[in-house]
Amino acid sequence: MNDLGPLIPRNREAHPVAYYPDYKTSVARSPNLPLLSMESGPSEETGPTFGHSRFGALDNNLILNWTKGAAPAVGERILMHGRVLDENARPVPNTLVEIWQANAGGRYRHKKDTYLAPLDPNFGGCGRALTDENGYYQFLTIRPGAYPWPNRGNDWRPMHIHVSVFGHSFGQRLITQMYFEGDPLIPLCPIAATIRNRSQLDRLVAPLDMARSRPLDYLAYKFDIVLRGRRQTMFENKPEGM
Amino acid sequence: MVQPLTYLPESPSQTAGPYVHIGLMPTYAGNAGYYDEEIGTSPISDGAQGQIIEIVGSVYDGTGWALRDALIESWQADASGKFAGQEGADPAVSGHCRFAADAVTGEFTLRTVKPGRVPSRHGRAFAPHVSIWIVARGINIGLQTRIYFEDENNEGDPLLSRIEQRPRVDTLIAKKIGDGRYRFDIRLQGEGETVFLDI
Ligand SMILES: [Fe+3]
Repeated sequence: MNDLGPLIPRNREAHPVAYYPDYKTSVARSPNLPLLSMESGPSEETGPTFGHSRFGALDNNLILNWTKGAAPAVGERILMHGRVLDENARPVPNTLVEIWQANAGGRYRHKKDTYLAPLDPNFGGCGRALTDENGYYQFLTIRPGAYPWPNRGNDWRPMHIHVSVFGHSFGQRLITQMYFEGDPLIPLCPIAATIRNRSQLDRLVAPLDMARSRPLDYLAYKFDIVLRGRRQTMFENKPEGM
Repeated sequence: MVQPLTYLPESPSQTAGPYVHIGLMPTYAGNAGYYDEEIGTSPISDGAQGQIIEIVGSVYDGTGWALRDALIESWQADASGKFAGQEGADPAVSGHCRFAADAVTGEFTLRTVKPGRVPSRHGRAFAPHVSIWIVARGINIGLQTRIYFEDENNEGDPLLSRIEQRPRVDTLIAKKIGDGRYRFDIRLQGEGETVFLDI
């Protein structure tokens, strides 16, 4: 591999807009002024690493991890699996993927969630996994329910799983959401619509993956994640201004 | 037609939403004991070299209201300017922390070690700074910025020197409020808007 250069500048067109009036909370929380663009330095090109030793055996099993294996969560059993890659299409190994989600009824185990749907005593709603040496990760979980939220008169979130990924440098840090193939609520959702580029939104919709589903046990959904890459700098070892 | 480029586009961001704490800070969210070991609980452990400092502040929206639901991650060098994983870095400095605005007051606290100067690819060093990344409901892509310190020499810092409107430099500088204590407020929008980074 060549010397790793700066991070490839972010293509902001590929991301949601900050200000999107149909998503009301974004109106007062979006910067008005342009961001300051600059080439990445050590602060963005380095990042935290996490060793295997601190993770528990059930950390990536949301069906069992809340009860420490005592009783399974209620809901449609699914395998969420995929790969973390960078923009150069290289796998990102040993990186931390964290997820959180509502239960099968659409309710989060969070003190501020007061939705009518009941909590599942056997479901906590979060998990984490390190990618393997080829960038693969997987979670066993239940399919989250859609839920209503206070925004416009009758807004509902499509079924989704929140996903947080580190990569190998702080400048790659990303939080996103996985949606499910065929969910009719996706085109109605103002949060999904903050991504103005439809083909980019499609990249957050996980297809049903029958080849990975386990007969008489769970269905599988595939969700690949692409993080920022580093520019190659083979012919570039000169000081600023030359 | 031309040959296709084989790069992959970065996955788009989505808001962390109102319940981000259950995923990233389970104890804060009231789910203590979810994991045997939570990550990002402190950027330092016992024996960290250098000055231990505390940075307090709030994240304000465009109406001047302090967010109660913001979650922040920080990443920084140790007192000698080395990042965890680099040769010679202080083993007691992980450099990474997660902290949240208080659900009642909206105030956050980061207890850490004062970072050292960090060399840049082009020779000029960066003044001591802590990189931060802010996520919350209504923030569609995490906001990056940096905390610099008013009692350090920030002259010639490659990032601060790029800010055209000089009064805006102030938005990246933590004010000293006591011995080893600083205040750093973040304004998402409007008057005194913090300089956010695309870096
Ligand atoms: Fe959600």
